[in-house]
Amino acid sequence: MSSAVQARVRAVFKGTDFLQADVDSLADDSDLYAAGLNSHATVNLMLALEEAFDVELPDRLLRRRTFSSINAIAEALVEIGVKEDAT
Amino acid sequence: MTELVDIHRAYRDDLLKHGLLISMGVDGLYGRSGLFEKVVEGINAAFSKVGDADAPEVMRFPPGIGKWQLEQSGYLKSSPQLVGTIHSFNGGDADHRAMLETLEKGGDWTANQRTTQVALAPAACYGVYPAVGARGRMGEQGALVDCYTYCFRHEPSLDPARMQMFRQREHVRLGSEAQALAFRKTWMERGQAIITSFGLPFEVDVANDPFFGRTGRLLAASQREESLKFELLVPIHAKEHPTACCSFNYHRDLFGRAWGIETAAGTPAHTACVGFGVERITLALFKHHGFAVEKWPEKVRGVLGL
Repeated sequence: MSSAVQARVRAVFKGTDFLQADVDSLADDSDLYAAGLNSHATVNLMLALEEAFDVELPDRLLRRRTFSSINAIAEALVEIGVKEDAT
Repeated sequence: MTELVDIHRAYRDDLLKHGLLISMGVDGLYGRSGLFEKVVEGINAAFSKVGDADAPEVMRFPPGIGKWQLEQSGYLKSSPQLVGTIHSFNGGDADHRAMLETLEKGGDWTANQRTTQVALAPAACYGVYPAVGARGRMGEQGALVDCYTYCFRHEPSLDPARMQMFRQREHVRLGSEAQALAFRKTWMERGQAIITSFGLPFEVDVANDPFFGRTGRLLAASQREESLKFELLVPIHAKEHPTACCSFNYHRDLFGRAWGIETAAGTPAHTACVGFGVERITLALFKHHGFAVEKWPEKVRGVLGL
């Protein structure tokens, strides 16, 4: 797992109110739901990720656990073809 | 094999023939007869008999909510396909003449209608959250509200149990996570007891709202994974296609955050609601006990005050 994807995921959170906590204070495996990600914010996050990475998440990934941590999001993105060394 | 849509049409036509529903020329929009309303009143009375013990604060809102309330609720994100907004004529004399000419020619006279500040309530509890939020921080006991209004959802259907305008009777609990969850648990038991007393068969199952599009799939999957919504389903048309007549919902702090509703501890309130679809229950009663109310089981008539 590349840290580059995680870094790009973190950038998507910047300047948003998806979380109640600052994304910089969270570890890659921190529970984002515990950090205040609610269902409407998850929808906004999903749309923001799709735009930032120019991808469309398939139905099977449209689940709560896909967005449960920075790592989980990065894993899902890599699974659908986001390059790990891309910056 | 009879299609479900034919079953829907047949029951709707039966209800119209018996005068219980009155046609308004639009699928899902009906007048109700006096007898139909008596049953609705009976259902409400049975609900009150159980719920009044908790001394809820009663709030009655019109079927319209502020457009700003709809926007702030998040409903446009999750269910834009169901939304109804009120439009109105907003022009001068020339626009009026043009509109009437278009109407005369059978054209689209609504082209110059503009949205007003009013939207239709998608659920009875939508007026409650902003009202409680506007009061400032709640006490330790949180809040409990009894609400009841006509709701609108844009889903025209031949199914008489899928009306576009229908009423929900609800209790809404606002407080801590524990308070909201305890409320929902209590009402899941109460709801089953009430429907049992109506002599109706039912099952309770985890459910999801009919959210829109791809983002809706995510919302629906999350809602199910977390068991946020349960429905009490009664077979009205067919055993394998039961109709949700009551729902028991836990919203986490979604509305607490959307409306700045604060617990005594200063955290966003968690909310839960129980909703009874009074028309659907009425339709289930007529389906299971027949159109002649005087022939309904005596016990059921007693509970409903008929």
